[in-house]
Amino acid sequence: MSTKKFFTKDRVKNLSAYLLVIIAYVVVQIISAGGGLPSMYKGLLVPICAYVVMALSLNLTVGILGELSLGHAGFMSVGAFTGVAISIALRDSITAPWLLLLVAMVCGAIMAALFGVIIGIPVLRLKGDYLAIVTLAFGEIIKSLFTNLYLGIDPEGVLRIGLVNKPEELITGSKMLINGALGISGVQKISTFTAGVILIIVSLILIFNTVNSRTGRAVMAIRDNRIAAECVGINVTKYKMIAFVMSAAIAGAAGTLYSLNYSTIAASKFDFNTSILILVFVVLGGQGNMIGSIIAATVLTILPEALREFADYRMLVYAIVLIIIMLVTNNPTFKMFAEKIRSSLKKKKNKKTVKEGN
Amino acid sequence: MTFLSYLISGISLGSVYAIIALGYTMVYGIAKMLNFAHGDVIMVGAYVCYLVFNNWGLPWWVSLIISMIVCTVLGIIIERLAYKPLRAASSLAVLITAIGVSYFLQNAALLLWTSSPKSFPTKFFDIGGEKGFTIFDGQLQISYTALVTILCCIVIMVALTLFTEKTKLGKAMRAVSENKEASQLMGINVNKTISITFAIGSGLAAIAGVLLCSAYPILQPTTGSMPGIKAFTAAVFGGIGSIPGAFLGGILLGILEIFAKAYISTQLSDAIVFAVLIVMLLVKPTGLLGKKIMEKV
Repeated sequence: MSTKKFFTKDRVKNLSAYLLVIIAYVVVQIISAGGGLPSMYKGLLVPICAYVVMALSLNLTVGILGELSLGHAGFMSVGAFTGVAISIALRDSITAPWLLLLVAMVCGAIMAALFGVIIGIPVLRLKGDYLAIVTLAFGEIIKSLFTNLYLGIDPEGVLRIGLVNKPEELITGSKMLINGALGISGVQKISTFTAGVILIIVSLILIFNTVNSRTGRAVMAIRDNRIAAECVGINVTKYKMIAFVMSAAIAGAAGTLYSLNYSTIAASKFDFNTSILILVFVVLGGQGNMIGSIIAATVLTILPEALREFADYRMLVYAIVLIIIMLVTNNPTFKMFAEKIRSSLKKKKNKKTVKEGN
Repeated sequence: MTFLSYLISGISLGSVYAIIALGYTMVYGIAKMLNFAHGDVIMVGAYVCYLVFNNWGLPWWVSLIISMIVCTVLGIIIERLAYKPLRAASSLAVLITAIGVSYFLQNAALLLWTSSPKSFPTKFFDIGGEKGFTIFDGQLQISYTALVTILCCIVIMVALTLFTEKTKLGKAMRAVSENKEASQLMGINVNKTISITFAIGSGLAAIAGVLLCSAYPILQPTTGSMPGIKAFTAAVFGGIGSIPGAFLGGILLGILEIFAKAYISTQLSDAIVFAVLIVMLLVKPTGLLGKKIMEKV
């Protein structure tokens, strides 16, 4: 009896998500150890992990909290810049790359969470499309600020910050951390595939545990009916904030992971298009469906590379594939067909349990 | 005087935003969807006008009309193929499809016309070879392009208001945006009405594209995306779904942008514009002229 209770429907779903990630990790490791992985895909491993984590994080906002965010790349940007600046600043004091990566990721996540609080206070008061446009505006503001931000340590060892114009103290003999539109260069590439997979699993644990807790149920109650939730005494602002800030923190860690995989990083990398790209992962994977997000993010990150044989046409093909997927999955006939298959599967299962009962 | 000249260029840029925002707001009002591909229709409009003008040597107004026709047809085709099958789907699904269409248009333009920027002719609205005229003893120069842009915007705005208020089709549009089912029961062809709205919006986008590129003459496949986002912001600023709201929002956004560029910082102008938008939405959560919808429990 106890085993039956342990394997509830949700738990099986959650466990299969972990299993999927671990199996994928093992398979990739085996293939790459055998030398069967083309270098093109090898370079994609860390970005895929980062995008998967981004998709999970946005799914928390869009799927669980039920609010549309069009500026999620902003949090990724905050995490990326904080993490990279920390990794450069602490490069000499922490020698173990994994520890440096961990510290950078934690700092990136904390900074992004801080931004989440600052942005969440005004944003979460609004509703629907107005909320979406404000997140878009914040994403653009963050991009604009980072493009014009100068941060460095001058020859005397003092930290200097400048906006729009480079501070005079930084012009000669200084150690630049963030160099305006050029961003950060000379980054030590310390992100690894293993670290990425660990981050995915940590995010999954965080999300699943939150969703299956009192907090998560409160958040979902707000999503389904805000007024009813308010009436039963749920503090709407508080729970919305918790979900939003958590989503921001995870996005920040993903940003750090992503940026420490490249030698240079610029704010223009995290623009509106990146936010949209992540939203596409979430919607295609299914809102609230974490496994769906993982698969969609992986497939859609590989797809443009796999379409290389179409050369110049690849982004065109990508766009067409995107439209067709949306049209097909929302087609009433297709939906009915899928529902039929699902119900027939359920019937079979029910029959089995009845037989076992006899 | 410099203040006045900034104000005029602000109103002129704002007029372009307003024309684009009108397209956004009409489509949103009637179909409740954010048409992210709208900005790219602007780009297509500008390209068509440029090619017709440059390659065939036709006068500018013929080029403009051809580009309007092309964009209107394009708008109808997009609506038929991509949006119509999704009438019953969730708004997020439609949003993603719109993004797909936007990618498609950008990449198709990239293939057709390459990524190298084209310099759009700026002499469209010049009179007798002059770029503009001066007043106040030559202290204030006003370009004909700015003047035409502002006039165009006012004419379009008045025409659209009259159209939605006075004609039968306009009434049908308002009815559909109010309640789809009820208007269908009253014998209004909802699908046709939505298609016509798309056609009008896309036609306006062509005009906006030509006006935009006459003032800022760099034409490339991504030309439309940033003005598109800004015009969308303008539509929200004024209260999305409201035609006078889009006009007001567009003009204010244009003035704000030019002033921020002139008096504060060129690089941070976008950040300032968006920050003002956020503050504005906090004070008035449904935009300047948006209707406050009471929540029924």
